[in-house]
Amino acid sequence: MKIAIASGKGGTGKTTLSTNLASFLAKTYKVVLTDLDVEEPNSALFLQTELIHAEDKFKMIPEWNKTNCTLCGNCQDVCNYHAVIKIVDMIMVFPELCHSCYACSELCPTNSLPMIKKKMGELKHFKTDSFDFVESRLTIGEEQAVPLIKQTLKFVDERFDNNTYKIYDSPPGTSCPVIEATKDADFVILITEPTPFGFNDVVLAIETMQELKKDFGIVINRYGLGNNDIENYCDKNNIQILAKIPNKREIAELYSKGELLWDKIPEVKSELGKIVSYLKSHV
Amino acid sequence: MKEIVIISGKGGTGKTSITASFAVLGDKDVVIADCDVDAADMHILLQPENAKSEDFYSGELAIIDQEICTQCGKCFDVCRFDAIDVKNGIHTVNELSCEGCGYCARVCPVDAITNIPLNVGKWHIANTRIHQPFVHAKLGIGADNSGKLVAQVKNVAKEIAEEYNRPYVLVDGSPGVGCPVVSSLSGAHFVVLVTEPTVSGLHDLKRVYELVNKFHIPAGCIINKSDLNSNKTNEIKEFLISEKIIHLADLPYDEAFTVAMTDCKTVVEFDDTKLKQILTETWNNIKELIK
Ligand code: SF4
Ligand code: SF4
Ligand code: SF4
Ligand code: SF4
Repeated sequence: MKIAIASGKGGTGKTTLSTNLASFLAKTYKVVLTDLDVEEPNSALFLQTELIHAEDKFKMIPEWNKTNCTLCGNCQDVCNYHAVIKIVDMIMVFPELCHSCYACSELCPTNSLPMIKKKMGELKHFKTDSFDFVESRLTIGEEQAVPLIKQTLKFVDERFDNNTYKIYDSPPGTSCPVIEATKDADFVILITEPTPFGFNDVVLAIETMQELKKDFGIVINRYGLGNNDIENYCDKNNIQILAKIPNKREIAELYSKGELLWDKIPEVKSELGKIVSYLKSHV
Repeated sequence: MKEIVIISGKGGTGKTSITASFAVLGDKDVVIADCDVDAADMHILLQPENAKSEDFYSGELAIIDQEICTQCGKCFDVCRFDAIDVKNGIHTVNELSCEGCGYCARVCPVDAITNIPLNVGKWHIANTRIHQPFVHAKLGIGADNSGKLVAQVKNVAKEIAEEYNRPYVLVDGSPGVGCPVVSSLSGAHFVVLVTEPTVSGLHDLKRVYELVNKFHIPAGCIINKSDLNSNKTNEIKEFLISEKIIHLADLPYDEAFTVAMTDCKTVVEFDDTKLKQILTETWNNIKELIK
């Protein structure tokens, strides 16, 4: 089963829920947790891990080989991202703008733009004492998260079978990276806070999931803070609230130290239990 | 005109509440740009009324005309984004996957494919409830190119500031370290990093600062909820010293931010709070620093 954990914005407890749910499920099931928030991967900070595999991840970009180039300018014309341009008698490539579509390379009449590998990030596979953990990290200065997310999903799909609970800590927001991260999930858990910001953001996230026709449910974090807008909205629109994690300074302090919660705070454990029984009966 | 960008790497550190507080303190001196186009929240605190709204087009989407298409499969062969779906031999474009690279249209032998400009969102010029120009935007669901929309929001804010002689453009930056935050940072005169003393707060601060450093922009840091974990707060302070980042302020863990938010207000609009005093000093300090 593939479960993506997402939120309209960051900082609402996505990583807390991902790491705790993974660790909780791992008591009974085979679990792999994947951190797809490749711009700011945080899950590792909350886990005791042992590295078992690391690999660089690449994107493909064209490299100019001037020997046979006739300077016809076709490459510049076909690139929709202005990532390759002709300047006087030179062809210049801007790797950070390139989307790796291969058009310039394959349409070059003289094969003067072969595609080469460029590092965009790193993937690491760890073991914790009870489950597997995979993380990818975008190199600073690289602007596109989606290609790295795609490659990470592929890695996990190839290595773990369908009897494994696959939990994805997704990037925040409602744009491309989160769509990519939740595309193949069987169920999406949206986590939010009962504040006006949290409400605004979760409604955007709900609309995104509805547009993608995804099966999803809500977890309210820091429950007791702010107001009841989210609960009222969910009631009115028939949206399932899966769990409510209480607002406690103790939780914030454990989080600040990078510690897991479910084995120390009984309410967190019982709320995780609710999520798991919902998943088992509905998904 | 000086551009001040507030970022935090990750969300939930209080970045938007702090930016909105500076906006209120800056009053008639500021033009505000909300560059968190993916999950914009500042409007909740500043209650802007839109004066002008415009669609934003960026990138393209391929469309196949089934009347002309011979179902030859060439488009499928060249598309690197798995964006050509084939069902019962019929070729169609998957809108969510298409990156608008235009390759398929260039190889289609019968010109059945056209690229249409893609509406990726809307941007607005508005007046906040305290009568300041406020530029914001909303990226469409699943849209790409948020970096370009961020650049548009910033450019419009800068034009307004220049035209009406406002000394500061205050930018609520985007999260992460990718394309939107790169756009948020470009051209900035000063960056305010908002962090919190948690393992992830420090981790994200370091990552986002690496990016700020690439742009050679002077930076200051606000540690929010600083009394939550004094060990982490000290670690952050050591990091600030080692990187020569100005330590602007420590804010205590205080639910006043949430209480103010629930009232759709900023903390500096409540009398005599500790937070108000610290934020006022910090804002004055930032103004001095960029003089
Ligand atoms: S398309 Fe090929 S031959 Fe033409 S300018 Fe570009 S690299 Fe040179
Ligand atoms: S591979 Fe595509 S995006 Fe990259 S430079 Fe060539 S045409 Fe442009
Ligand atoms: S390349 Fe053109 S004709 Fe061939 S399947 Fe694609 S759209 Fe149809
Ligand atoms: S424009 Fe590019 S991404 Fe879109 S369908 Fe055509 S080849 Fe694929």
